[in-house]
This record gives sequence, structure tokens and C-alpha cells, in this order.
Amino acid sequence: MPAVSKGDGMRGLAVFISDIRNCKSKEAEIKRINKELANIRSKFKGDKALDGYSKKKYVCKLLFIFLLGHDIDFGHMEAVNLLSSNRYTEKQIGYLFISVLVNSNSELIRLINNAVKNDLASRNPSFMGLALHCIANVGSREMAEAFAADVPRILVAGDTMDSVKQSAALCLLRLYRTSPDLVPMGDWTSRVVHLLNDQHLGVVTAATSLITTLAQKNPEEFKTSVSLAVSRLSRIVTSASTDLQDYTYYFVPAPWLSVKLLRLLQCYPPPEDPAVRGRLTECLETILNKAQEPPKSKKVQHSNAKNAVLFEAISLIIHHDSEPNLLVRACNQLGQFLQHRETNLRYLALESMCTLASSEFSHEAVKTHIETVINALKTERDVSVRQRAVDLLYAMCDRSNAQQIVAEMLSYLETADYSIREEIVLKVAILAEKYAVDYTWYVDTILNLIRIAGDYVSEEVWYRVIQIVINRDDVQGYAAKTVFEALQAPACHENLVKVGGYILGEFGNLIAGDPRSSPLIQFDLLHSKFHLCGAPTRALLLSTYIKFVNLFPEVKTTIQDVLRSDSQLRNADVELQQRAVEYLRLSTVASTDILATVLEEMPPFPERESSILAKLKKKKGPSTVTDLEEAKRERGSDINGGPEPAPAGTSAASTPSPSADLLGLGAAPPVPAGPPPSSGGLLVDVFSDSPSAVAPLAPGSEDNFARFVCKNNGVLFENQLLQIGLKSEFRQNLGRMFIFYGNKTSTQFLHFTPTLICSDDLQASLSLQTKPVDPTVDGGAQVQQAVNIECVSDFAEAPVLNIQFRYGGTFQNVSVKLPITLNKFFQPTEMASQDFFQRWKQLSSPQQEVQSIFRAKHPMDTEITKAKIIGFGSALLEEVDPNPANFVGAGIIHTKTTQIGCLLRLEPNLQAQMYRLTLRTSKESVSQRLCELLSEQF
Amino acid sequence: MIKFFLMVNKQGQTRLSKYYEHVEINKRTLLETEVIKSCLSRSNEQCSFIEYKDFKLIYRQYAALFIVVGVNDTENEMAIYEFIHDFVEVLDEYFSRVSELDIMFNLDKVHIILDEMVLNGCIVETNRARILAPLLILDKMSES
Repeated sequence: MPAVSKGDGMRGLAVFISDIRNCKSKEAEIKRINKELANIRSKFKGDKALDGYSKKKYVCKLLFIFLLGHDIDFGHMEAVNLLSSNRYTEKQIGYLFISVLVNSNSELIRLINNAVKNDLASRNPSFMGLALHCIANVGSREMAEAFAADVPRILVAGDTMDSVKQSAALCLLRLYRTSPDLVPMGDWTSRVVHLLNDQHLGVVTAATSLITTLAQKNPEEFKTSVSLAVSRLSRIVTSASTDLQDYTYYFVPAPWLSVKLLRLLQCYPPPEDPAVRGRLTECLETILNKAQEPPKSKKVQHSNAKNAVLFEAISLIIHHDSEPNLLVRACNQLGQFLQHRETNLRYLALESMCTLASSEFSHEAVKTHIETVINALKTERDVSVRQRAVDLLYAMCDRSNAQQIVAEMLSYLETADYSIREEIVLKVAILAEKYAVDYTWYVDTILNLIRIAGDYVSEEVWYRVIQIVINRDDVQGYAAKTVFEALQAPACHENLVKVGGYILGEFGNLIAGDPRSSPLIQFDLLHSKFHLCGAPTRALLLSTYIKFVNLFPEVKTTIQDVLRSDSQLRNADVELQQRAVEYLRLSTVASTDILATVLEEMPPFPERESSILAKLKKKKGPSTVTDLEEAKRERGSDINGGPEPAPAGTSAASTPSPSADLLGLGAAPPVPAGPPPSSGGLLVDVFSDSPSAVAPLAPGSEDNFARFVCKNNGVLFENQLLQIGLKSEFRQNLGRMFIFYGNKTSTQFLHFTPTLICSDDLQASLSLQTKPVDPTVDGGAQVQQAVNIECVSDFAEAPVLNIQFRYGGTFQNVSVKLPITLNKFFQPTEMASQDFFQRWKQLSSPQQEVQSIFRAKHPMDTEITKAKIIGFGSALLEEVDPNPANFVGAGIIHTKTTQIGCLLRLEPNLQAQMYRLTLRTSKESVSQRLCELLSEQF
Repeated sequence: MIKFFLMVNKQGQTRLSKYYEHVEINKRTLLETEVIKSCLSRSNEQCSFIEYKDFKLIYRQYAALFIVVGVNDTENEMAIYEFIHDFVEVLDEYFSRVSELDIMFNLDKVHIILDEMVLNGCIVETNRARILAPLLILDKMSES
């Protein structure tokens, strides 16, 4: 190797660079550069023709100046002139200048193209190489037009030198990327594929990059590359480390080429030909084996190169996702790296394992490393490694470890780097929702999130917790209690005030019985936060207040006073002012009944894709999260359990906007025009091509049915495909029920046929009228069906709702009991103690009384019991029973033919955890039925 | 694919930059400043891969000089990491114990070496003898 002196004799260049280095300030540097630019400009413009050496020197100076960040607006012409020089050194510096400084839009392209054309035709391999490099670096459309025909020809010509082939391969790749239309597939394609067999590994290296890109776009045309790549890889992997001489890097045979070949194979599914497949498996096994062998060199270069190949092999194994044995081995290998002392390896291992976690074959194996990953989260000093650990925990999470993982993420969140907090918050929220078995855990988790990282909790997260609380009535009381307690903290985050305001507004009544959280205390607590919050939160709180007016008549005047104050009625914020004015008016003019209707509990939200998941996807870009989710979805429910969020659908629709109507006025379904013509819905649908046998009741149907005895709205049924929601109202002996059918998938339901089935007995006493629904339900869409109900006489059975439809190729048949029960036709009757006991005595014949003694199935909470009795439909009579622990109620069941007075008394025994329920009505069958229905509720 | 190849010293001065996708000169300066900032702020215990905007930075430090390669997600991090070392070994062989000054004074030659190794954002050659061959021809010609 020649000893190269500094500056290579170009003294002028050396002096210039030294000058720049010695500049004390930016100004001095700019001054020196401008001086030099003026000098070069004058030299280029001068009369004297510059010799090659001077040209080269000046071009080098310009390159240096460009590197310092100064634009060069001259010298291009001189560089182009150098291209036509016959001297290699001059030509080379010309090309260098152009490839660094000229962009593809330059006006000089035509001149450059001329020179390139000459050089390509020169048959001088050095000149051809320079010209091809130039095309590969500049690669404009004009260049593609000029050379798209020549380059493939040079690439596959038999007499082209190896080095020229290498340049031509990547040059063609450039042209294909810039202007694929100008590079049509042709005869050359098959010959390009055969470059994988080329003797020269440099040519194979270049060709593999080209083929990988081409194969991604035209997989069919390049299918043959698979077997060629496998056999080439096999030859490299099994070669002795000395075989490939110059391409062996620290005893690793051709590492970069191996990586490229493995990458090319990731464009295709596993090879179909068993021989090729076997050979590939052998290669991958060899690579995995080598990782376990003692290293051939202690040098870090050796292990780095070996690991580069290993990681790419693991990528391919994951991509194929078909050989359980290899997947588990890959997982074990990565598991070793998780504890490696090199940070780079730990980082890459966490990253690869993340994709491995989504394979059904290796998910369980990945899970065994949970402790190591959690430890990484706690001890890694590099935020990007910790971030990978968070990603991996998210990927390996399933029902079995969700509580542990969520707890670890929450504790990490307290100290997490600001840059990744929001993402962790989203991940925790998603996992908590997805794997919540116990929704009290879910509520606790989200409130913890808000406490720990309130600023990073986006709207989607707190919208979601509200949606879930509203849709799950088993958690509402707990949620109210928990937010109430959380709001006690002297400084709580505004997001908590929002969630607290919303939940207490809906379900504050569930905890109002406890004197520590009486209505007034709830109100005072919320209002103490009011002035610390921004306008959207205040707007939300105003809606909470008006809901309180409905829930708690006793605080009505307090709230009216607040609404009436100048700071509300004359608020500068239009939204707040309007709410204050309207709510105040509403609370003044509306009767209790109207208030109760307008301010009714929110109807359940239709199930859609979690808006949080959508947000995470947006944040991470479509690739990572989606792939993972989709991979999981394909695996079915055995691993991640539970219903999957539907892939399509607008998240906005499922999200309550903070300023949108909390009252749910806009959500009220339209009333169908006119009465339905006939009870057509009772007939079996004639369009259905499916067996019309009615499916047995869906599992859990009885439970769901019981939940609706004391309430009118909610989710009746839900599986992977379909969600059925109900919203109903009853007045005297009439009722109307809206049934909402939500398609949770992204695929259409065809021949969608819901049918209401009543036994003959039931038909006589209960009349149901409905219209058939549209037989096609689009993916993510919801259709509704209205049912008009008339109670003719008292009844004991419930109608069955049978739904049949085709999803994909399969016929679906679902039956659920429709919760239309006798108590729905209750009208509450208020009466004083004296009246009550007078009537009670009147109904004393044995046929009129039905009594049931039963064990409590739920915690014996006074407030919940009261709410249930009211929900059941009778009036709850306070201060009637001499024993304050007892509950008494009264009401009238309305049927078309008659009205039946009903009295009830519920006596709890806290010590024995038992209840005694007594019903007295004027009709035995009514007493019997009401007792059955109500005794299931406690 | 490799998006850019940078050599920057600890003072944040760019010593070599090669972009495989066109970037405006004012944006280059900005990008180079940000890139070197994110590398300088890291310790030895941290990993050599940084997520930066929509690509990944892979870097190695040699004395006061950082070599930073920006890649998209189709590249193997470890392979690029070791490729940087291969490049440095080639420079070392040609300049016999390469220093920052060698790179500054022989920018054209460093470019030739890099062009032999990376073309259009792809690794094209890793064999040292073949990488240096064109440069040796040049040297012979200028001697004569």
C-alpha cells in the first residue's frame, strides 16, 4: 500500500483546510470560505485554461466547502467538462462532484447524460463503472429514459466484467425505483435471477439487493429466486471459513451476503418444494447451531457478524411462522441474548422477541422470559432498550399475565421517560380493558393511570373508561365509589375531575345512601374542583349538576343557586353560559317526570373498535401494532381470549365528545312513523336459505335476562361477531323496545333475520309487533329494530329472540331470551304507612301472598337494593315499615284487561346473609311471577 | 436501504456526508446537527441504535469521530453496525492508521472507497482488495 502523504501534494488544498480549521469564529470561517469561492470563481472564469491537476484541486475545495454546509452555485459546468476528459483521474473527480452536488432536477442532466452515454459505450470497465455509479447516485427520470434499455443489457451480457455487473445491478435498481414504468420486465428478468448463481460473490451481493426489490413488486416473475437463494445460502453457511477467502469476515463466511439472501427469502412464504424447504430448514438450523458453538475468534467483530446473520435468520423463521421447532429454538436463543452483557444484543433480542410473541407456536415460550423483561424495564440504563421492553411486555401480554404486566407498567410509569409516557399510558389502558376479567380492576387501573400520569392520559383513554362503565352495570356502583374517593385528594388531575364528574352524574345515586357520600357532599366535592378546571371540564360539570337535579331532588336548590350565579349565567364563555341558562331553565320548568326522561341514564354505547387502540396504531404507524393485533386475531380466542375489538368502524362514533350532549338527547332513536302493519316479524323469514331450526338459548342468556329485570337499557348479548343492545320504555300496559344489532366484524352479515318467538300461551297475553330488518348488515354497522309491545294479560314466560345470518361462509344461529317481563308494566304508587298496612291486611288470603326466603347472591348494600326495587318498577316507600332495615314497595301492574295492585316487602337479615321477600297482589299468578323475578335480583 | 452515511467529529463538524436520497442542503445541516447531538448525548452503556424520525440511526465511535448511518426498517442493524467497522478497516488499510485529518485532506478518496462499498443505498462490496482496486489504479496513474 502506498504511503499517502497528507494532502497528497495538493498544497493549496492543505493550506485552505488548515486555514478553516484555525478559524476562531463562524464569521471568520465564512469570510475565509467566501474568499476561496471568489478565488475559484475567478480561476474558472479566467482566460487561462486550467490543467487537470488544478481543476481537481478546485473541485476538491468546492466539495469541502459544500460539506461545511455552503451551497455551491458554480463549478458545475467545469465538472461536466471533466467528464469528457480521457484521463481517469479527471473523469473521476468530475463524476464525484456531480454525484455529490447535482440533484436529479438539474438542468445539466442532458449534458451529463451525453458523457455517461459515451462512457457506457467505451468498453473501458473503469469508465463504465464511473458512469454507472453516476446513474445510480443521481438517477433522475431523464436518466432512466436515456438508459433504461442499456443497463439491463450490460447487466446480463456475458462479457461484462464483474465489477461493472455489480454497478449495473444497483444502477438498474435505482432506475426501477425512480421510474418503474420505464423498466419493463423482459428477457433479462430470468437471467438476472441466475446472477444468484454467479461465481463472484460481489456480483451476488449486488444482484440480491436488486432481486429483493423486484421480487417485492413482482413476486410471480421472480419466484425461481427462492430455490437459487436457498442453495446459495446453503453453500455459504456450510462452507469452511476459509473457502470464501476474501468474503470471509473474521471467520464468518460472507455475513452481509447471507443477511441479504435471508432478507430476499422473506419476500416469499415457506418454499413449497419439500427438497428446497428441507435444505432451508437445514441452513437455519446450522445458523442456530453455530450460535451455540464456541466462537472461532475472540474478536467482537466475529460475534457481531455472526449475530447479524443469526438475527436475520430468526426474522425469516418468524416470517415463515410454520416450524414450531425453529420458533422455539429462536426464542431460546433470544432469551440468552436478553441477559447478554452487550446492550446492542439485548436491544435487538427484545425487538425480535416482540414479533415472536405474536406467533402461536412461540407465544408461550416468549412468556417464560417475563421476569427478565420486567427486570430490563427496571434496570436498563438506555431508554430505547426500556422502550423495547415495554413493547415486548405488551406483545406477550395475555389473560394469564395481564395483571402482573399492567402492574409493572404502572410502576414503571412513575419514573418513565417523558418521551414514552403517553405510549405506555395507551398500552396500559388497552391491556387493562382487553384482559379485564374483573371490571373493578379495570376501573382501578385507569384511575391509577390518571393519578400517575394524568397529563399523558389522552381523551380517548378517559372516554373509554366511561363507555365501559356505562355498558357494564356490574361495575357502576364500584366506579362511583372509587372516583368519589379519588376526588378526595387535595390535588387531583383535571382528567380525574372529568371522569369523576361524568360517573357521579350517571351513577352518583348508587353511593348516595352512605352519609359520607350524600348528594350534597358529592356536589360540594365536585364543585370544589370547578374553579380549578378549564372550560371543557366546567361544561361537563354543569351537565353533571343538572343530572344531579334529577337524581337528587334535595340538592336542586343548591344547584340552581350555583347555576344562577353571575359567574355562570354571565360567563364569558358562550358554551358555559348557554349550559347554565338552559339547565337552570330546565330545572325550573320541567316536571319531575320530564326531568327524569330528559336526564335519563346514558344508553349503552355501541361496541366498536377501542378508540385507544386506533390511537396507538396511529402513533406507531400502521405496521407494528396492526400486524400484531391481526396476527393475534387470526389465532382466535384461545390465547388472548375475550372478544376482539372489531377492526373497522369509526372510533369517533363510540366516543363521547366532552362538549357533546351528555344528556344523550341526540342518541335517542327516531320513532318509527305509524304503527307497523302486521306482526310480520313473528313469522319465520322466507328469505332465509338456512335451516330454520331455532338455536338453543345462548350460554349466559339467563344471566343477562335477569340483569334486565330491573333496568331497561344495556347490552343483552355479545359474542365475537354480534352485539345486541336494548333500549326500551314502558308506560302502563304499553311499551316500545329498540333492539340494536351491531356487526362487530369487518365483514357483511347476509340474510340477517331476527325473529321473535312467543309460545301460544304467551301470544295470548303479550302482543309484539315489529318490522323485519334489512337482511344485510355491513361490517362495523349497527341496525335497529323497534318492537311495539302490549300487555294483554299477566304472563310468566318471556319471548325468545332468534337471530340467523350468514357470516363468511358459515351459518350463524343465536337465541336469547328477550327481557320483557311482567314488572315492566308496573306503575309506582306512593302511599302512607297507614294505607299500606291497611291494604296489606286486605290481601291476606293464602292465594294472594307468595313468600320466598333466599340467600343473598350479591353484597347486601342498602342503596343498591333501593335502586333495584325502584328499577323493578314499584314505588319504594320510605318510613313505612317499622323496621328501618326493611324495604317496602307498592305499585299497580297494568294490563289491557285489568289492573292489579301489588305490595311487596323485603326483609334482609345481614347476619345470615338471607332475604325474605313477600309479595301480595290481588292475583295469585302475578304474585308468583313477581316474586320469582325479584328474588333473583339480590 | 441506507439513507445517508455521515462522519462527524465530536465538535459536530461534518467530515463526510453521503446521501442516497436527495436532501436540500439547508435540511442537511439541520439533520446533521440533530443526528450528532443525539449520538453525543449517549453513553457507552447505551445501545448503538437510535430511532430517529422514520428511520434508524446506527452509529459507532472511533476516537473523536462518529460514523452514523441512517437506514430504513429493511436493514439489519447488526449487519450495518459491523459494516461500519469494515469501512473503517478499509480506510485504515489504505491510509495506514487513518485519522480525521486523512479524511479531510483526501475527501475524494474516501468518497471513492465509500462508493465502491455502498451504491444506491445498498451494500455492494465488502471485499477489501476489490474495494481498493480502483483507487490503486488512480494512484498509479498520478504517480506516472
